[in-house]
Order: sequence, then structure tokens, then C-alpha cells
Amino acid sequence: MTDKQYTFGLDTFGDVAFHDDGTQMTAAESLRQVVAEAKLADDLGIDLIALGEHHRSEFAISSPEIVLGAMAAVTKRIKLGTAVTVLSSDDPVRVFERFSTLHALSNGREQIMLGRGSFTESFPLYGFDLENYDGLFEEKIAMWADLLKGKPMNWEGKFTQKLTDTTVYPQLPAGETIDTTVGVGGSPESIIRAVYYGFPVVIAIIGGEPVRFKPYVDLYHKATQQFNKPDLPLGMHAHGIILDDAAEATAVGWEYIKAEMDRIGIDRGWAPMSRDRFEFEIDKGSYYVGTPEQVAQKIAKNMKTLDMSRFDLVYGTGGQLEHQRLATIRNYGERVIPRVKELLGGGAND
Amino acid sequence: MTEPIIGILGAGKLGTTLARLSVQAGYRTLIANRHAVTELKWVIDTMAPGAVTVSAADLVAQANVIILAIPLSHVAALDAKTFAGKIVLDATNYWKEVDGTVNTISSFTQSSSEVVAAHLSQARVAKAFNHMGYHDLEIEVDRHPEARRAMAFATDDDTIRPTVRTVLTGFGFDPFDLGPLRFGLMLEPGSPLFGEAITTPEFQAKIDTLYDTPFGRKIVAARGERIR
Repeated sequence: MTDKQYTFGLDTFGDVAFHDDGTQMTAAESLRQVVAEAKLADDLGIDLIALGEHHRSEFAISSPEIVLGAMAAVTKRIKLGTAVTVLSSDDPVRVFERFSTLHALSNGREQIMLGRGSFTESFPLYGFDLENYDGLFEEKIAMWADLLKGKPMNWEGKFTQKLTDTTVYPQLPAGETIDTTVGVGGSPESIIRAVYYGFPVVIAIIGGEPVRFKPYVDLYHKATQQFNKPDLPLGMHAHGIILDDAAEATAVGWEYIKAEMDRIGIDRGWAPMSRDRFEFEIDKGSYYVGTPEQVAQKIAKNMKTLDMSRFDLVYGTGGQLEHQRLATIRNYGERVIPRVKELLGGGAND
Repeated sequence: MTEPIIGILGAGKLGTTLARLSVQAGYRTLIANRHAVTELKWVIDTMAPGAVTVSAADLVAQANVIILAIPLSHVAALDAKTFAGKIVLDATNYWKEVDGTVNTISSFTQSSSEVVAAHLSQARVAKAFNHMGYHDLEIEVDRHPEARRAMAFATDDDTIRPTVRTVLTGFGFDPFDLGPLRFGLMLEPGSPLFGEAITTPEFQAKIDTLYDTPFGRKIVAARGERIR
């Protein structure tokens, strides 16, 4: 456990944000806001920013690679990722082309996170049948693994195009690859599949006590033995708001995180979130809402419990006011990440 | 009946979660999916230690309480005669991501558990474990040991009511007897009861106002009357 490399990221779905006067930004303003936030995160030394892909009114980002391209031009060190790219409803060849382009423009700072997607709007939008939700992902992740080999492609599948001795451009420089991870929810099969291909996993732990995910962590490590893979890093992603005043952070969370969960719940048949459950998520569960010290303690504790080497904080959930978003990013970069590293380094990492 | 032997058919998100709750409850727990035992065993030994991985055929033969934790659309492929006499807890829901965009399986006039019971015609079917998300099952059991969450069930077979109650209680819930199987419609996705992890009085209050909601009105429109 010595010299463990930790990664701390910021994730956003491009939630349409609010100006400080309370008026809602346009989607266009929200997109420019996220690019400016990436610049701030880069200045603060945060390791990574990752963008989700959605196709609905709450979220401005449907084409993450274009936003990442804009970010590449105004940042220097930060990794530019997705969380997640819904590969099932995309064309792996075109995804490869976009990411190898991003690889070039960002000097190799790109990272793709493949996922089945917990939202399914992209399926009818792009003409894919939800009936094939599993099959599409299974086939396309296999195609993706093949594309990364960098050789002329020979491919035949059920849902994908046939390729014969086909080279996909721009090719990656010799010896380089597209940094690939897989985002998973609660499906054991998703973890097993990712490890089979040798892709590190990031688990969305967005509700309940994180320790509940221990069986998935155990499965991840067990799967690496099963498939003779090197021990891959493991990450988690969760929602958070970090403000100097804990009560204010809770109030912002109730106003925006709860509202967003309830809005999504309408489509999914979830019940609205109760105050009791919301407070549980802050106290013991999966919301990282509070002061920098409170959030740092919670992140460090859960990373230790679950043997995580990466933590991604989802910021700006539900939109939030511009200054609230920026405060979370600043607190995360300036105070939380250094403190978490200190807590992890000084802890009982035996 | 003798001590229940729980058989969980399906080893995905829901199946592995229920397997942990079943082992925790102290039941002999069998689990199977469509894959070979050798492919599943190491997964179960890691995810739900204590549960025994068997073939689906052995599970149906050996368990006396079988929980369906598979997609609803896969139920039709089950060999119905092998389920004769078994208590079956139907945890399935019509879910478009796995069952298809258009629901051709169940409707407001034939609820999904009625479809399941019609297929497994010699089994003793109850609807259970369907209205709480798989992630909530463990969260809610853990966080409210003193105020158990209501777990509704519905069945047409009065002889299995005591066993269903015992199993739901053993898993950590407060059993809520909704009545005949057709009432299970009230628990399906879209209903205000779906997704709820609340106490029995709170659950009862939601039922009392169900017919004031669009879902309740759809039930009346389809069935010509309130079903409960």
C-alpha cells in the first residue's frame, strides 16, 4: 500500500446552472461555464475533470468531446475525461476517432469512461433498441478493445459494421493508447466485463452507506485474479457540495441535489427523497456535503474502507448558483484534496 | 412448513443483494443464473458468501421458496412443470431497459404477477420484493433496525401467507399483506407505492390516497372499479 497513486477528479453532467442573481443560465452559458471551471480546476492542480453525456433538458452536455476539446485549449495538466460515454448507443469507430483527435489536441490528457448509461434517452434518439441494452454494450466494448490495439481492424458483429483490414484515423502515436476506464453502477456483470478487458473501474456510489459496496470491491479484486490481470486501480464517484458553512452546504444540497433526484425519479418511478433520507446521505451515506474538513474526513474514510485510489466529486448537481459551484471547486482543490492525501498518507495503510 | 430453503433465480443486482439478505437471515440459500455453476460460483463466493451456487434446475428442485430475480420477459422460458408445488416470490417488474420498449407482457387488466402466476400455474405464487429498489433493500434494512420498512406482498394462496410473512420478516422487513395477487398492480412501476421504502403506517397512508393519483385513476379506468 505504499506509494499508492491517488487521483482526484471533478465530474459534471453539465447541469444547466444559475447566475448568482438566481436566473437560470442558458445551455450555451452553462457550457462556457464548465469550460471556465475546468480552467480553474487546472489552476488548482485537480487531477481530472470528467463530463457526462446526456440528452435531456436538465443537462447541457450531449457532446462531451467537443467541450473537452475547448478545455484542452485553455488547460495544461488536467486530464480530460468522460463519465460516461454511452458506448452502447454510439459507434465505437467514431468514438475512437473523436478520442484520438482529443488525444492529439490535449497531448495525451484524454480519458474515456465507457458505460451502459443509467439514462436511456440516447437509444431512441440514435435509433437503437433498448431491447438490446446489454448486447449492444457487450459487443461494442469488445470492438473498442480491438480498436485500441492500433492495428488494421477485421471485425464482424451483430450490431456493428463489418470492417476488413480497416485503419481508423487519426492513428495514435506508436506505443500510445486512449486511457480507458469503465463506469459501473450496481451490476456484478459490468465489473467482471471491465476486468476481463483490463479496464480500471469507477463505481458510482450515489446512495447509501459506501461500505455496502464492499462486495463489489471484493469482486473487482477477485476478478483480476480470475482473469490473470494486474491489480487495476479502483475509483468511486459521488455528489458533493463543499462550502465554509455546513448549514449552507446542506441547504444548497436540499435545494438542488434533492430537486434533481426527484426530477429524475419521476421518469424512473422513484419516490421523492425524504428529508430523513437526505440527512442520512449527508451523515452516513453518499453525499459529500459540508465544510472542507467534514468532506475530507468522509472521503478519506470511504476511500480507505473500500481501498479506492480514485475519487471523483460530482459538483454542480441540479445546477446551483455560479458562486456555489466555484466555491465547491476551490475548496475541493485547495483544501479537501491535500487534506485527504494527508489523512490517507498518515492513516493505517498497512 | 419446514424451515424455508431459499432459491434465488438470477444473480444480478437484485439476486446478489437478496442472497446476502437471505444468508444474513440464516436461511439455507441457493442461487443460480443462466450461466454454468463454475462461471458463477466464484462471483457468489465473493459477493454473497454463504450462498450456494447451483444449476437453475437443481435450484428449482431443491428450494421450497423460489425468488424470481430475473427479467420479467425471461419468465415465459421457465419450465413451468418443475415449479409445481413450490412457493414462488415474484420480484420481477416490467422494465423497459431489459424487457423492451413496448410492454407486450402485462397491462392494467393483467398485472405482471398475474402473468407470472398464469405461466407457473402449478406453483404457489406471491408478489414480493418488487416495490423497493435493489440498492434500497440493504440500505433500508441497515439504517432502520428499530423502524422496519414495509414490504408488500400479494397472493391468491392463503396457505403460503404464513411462510411469506416469515421470509419477509427474516430478511429484515415488516410484511404488508396487500391481499389477492391482482392487487399487486398497485405495486408496479408508475404507482406511487413503487420505489417506496417506508414504514407500514406510511405505506397504508399511501394506499389510502392512491385513487387520488393518476395511477390510481388508470386502475379504475382499466378495471372498472377500485381493486382495493
